[in-house]
Amino acid sequence: MTMGKTFAEKALGRAAGREVSANEVVTVEPDFCMSHDNTGPISRTFKKIGVANVWKPERLVVILDHGVPAPSSDHAVNHKEAREFMASQGAPHFYDVTSAGGVCHQKFCEEGFALPGLIVIGSDSHTCTYGAFGTFATGIGRTEMAAAWATGKIWLKVPESIKINVTGRFKVGVTAKDFILKVMGDVRSDGADYMSVEFHGDGIEEMSVAGRMTLCNLGIEMGAKNAVCRPDGKVLDFIKGREKSPSWEPLWADADALYARAFNYDLGEIVPGVAKPHTVDNYAEIGEVAGTKIDQAFLGSCTNGRLEDLRAAAEILSGRRIAVRTIVIPASWEVYRAAMRDGTIDALLDAGCIVCNSGCGPCLGAHMGTLAPGETCVSTANRNFKGRMGNKDSFIFLASPYTVAASALAGKISDPREVL
Amino acid sequence: MSEVLKGRAWVFGDDVDTDLIYHNKYLAETDPKKMPQYSFEYYPGKEKFAKEVKPGDFVVAGKNFGCGSSREHAVYCLKEAGVPVILAETCSRIYYRNAINNAYPVLFVKGLSEAIKCGRIKDGDGLSVELDTGEINDETSGAHFHGDAVSDLERDIMDAGGLIPYLKSKGRR
Repeated sequence: MTMGKTFAEKALGRAAGREVSANEVVTVEPDFCMSHDNTGPISRTFKKIGVANVWKPERLVVILDHGVPAPSSDHAVNHKEAREFMASQGAPHFYDVTSAGGVCHQKFCEEGFALPGLIVIGSDSHTCTYGAFGTFATGIGRTEMAAAWATGKIWLKVPESIKINVTGRFKVGVTAKDFILKVMGDVRSDGADYMSVEFHGDGIEEMSVAGRMTLCNLGIEMGAKNAVCRPDGKVLDFIKGREKSPSWEPLWADADALYARAFNYDLGEIVPGVAKPHTVDNYAEIGEVAGTKIDQAFLGSCTNGRLEDLRAAAEILSGRRIAVRTIVIPASWEVYRAAMRDGTIDALLDAGCIVCNSGCGPCLGAHMGTLAPGETCVSTANRNFKGRMGNKDSFIFLASPYTVAASALAGKISDPREVL
Repeated sequence: MSEVLKGRAWVFGDDVDTDLIYHNKYLAETDPKKMPQYSFEYYPGKEKFAKEVKPGDFVVAGKNFGCGSSREHAVYCLKEAGVPVILAETCSRIYYRNAINNAYPVLFVKGLSEAIKCGRIKDGDGLSVELDTGEINDETSGAHFHGDAVSDLERDIMDAGGLIPYLKSKGRR
């Protein structure tokens, strides 16, 4: 009797052109290679290989986002190098510092590069976000990216898989972020090391594509190589008309596939939660931390800067006034414009928030909202590492857009269910 | 007869993330030789690491070393400081690939997290490490550890001096 295949076994098997099983090493050709402000340094490493041209310029996707517009001359140099390199290679998919840009992972998906069954590598750890579209997507380093540009190949170990079964529906005030923070607390920050995390069940089918992006985005915070949801009708609707490759094919795990571990959740039992400083798996239900004084709230990032996230915050902040400085950064200009059109941006501005241009912003402490010593920030982003937002003596709580908005309103960490 | 490395231990805990190893505010730096000055700047109690680390010293850590970002700075800053090998119970996937691709060895050492917590291996202990066999002795405490050897493909990349020299030596694959 043969055992069924996991998603990772199917996707990597398809790319390798043969049947593969967990722990085999395969060499595959990536469908797309994503990089951001680090494209300049990658191009320097690429030049050392001694190859004049990248293997297929149309496979490179470069989206500037980490420091945009450049907050320092060093950042500007990296941008300039990226710009010149892409032009010199005749590589068409370059997203510069313009209103066609945004956070790389959001743009990559909006532009139709994240497609079911494709293999995507990115020189950013949150590349796993694209699993929301049924893509096998994983983060790599710069040297490895330079090598992939030159050779069109990358070796990957077929990962073992973790199955997360999800049933039920969220109660009011609870979101995909609350769920995944709980999962991270259970799996721990190294519990999925080297593994593929599959999200299954009717709870996922109920969830929006944006919510699934939040889940897959945080796969890396459990150590995962990739994270993935089944590409269903919602995904196919989203990608329709955006596809940047003809060769995609929806793939999903067999019912009898073999998993290293399995977890079961009922979304109806999830409550608003946070990751306390300074590790992503330091989970607490909102009741344990409610009342903690905050100095700043941040709504944005590749984790939670999408339209439904901004709308969730506006749902709470409309007609009210924030008590602490609140920074809003839409994940892309497409999101920004949609939020302008439907009145969300006005509602957030009326409440006292400031709205910055699309980009990574303070998530990684580069600019636009770094913290002072002793300050506490409640943030919708993905990491609460010590010093992540620019100062080692500051504190970051990760939470949902609802919780961030409710906390901004009160000046302390607050349960959004009390103000919805 | 494989070489035995000797040096002092700098001991860290579990979940040492990439911001603790090399903080994001220095990401725009692209010259690996300038990166050691920022190593572990934000790690509580290790603020002096960058100034006081000597070539040959070891970085010793518990589980999930290098979790977080894909930044290769977190490998360069230790390699360029002359730390010959990282000894960790486990290490994040991206960090590990970055290390191999830069011919920088990481030994996975069972029981290291617990040994650190109960003080069987401490800051300043004198260690001897045999890379080929994975044998590790703490000559101060007398504790003995064993690290796992790397796979053949990883060994080939390391022996070539990293992924880029490896690719050059093989021609365009």
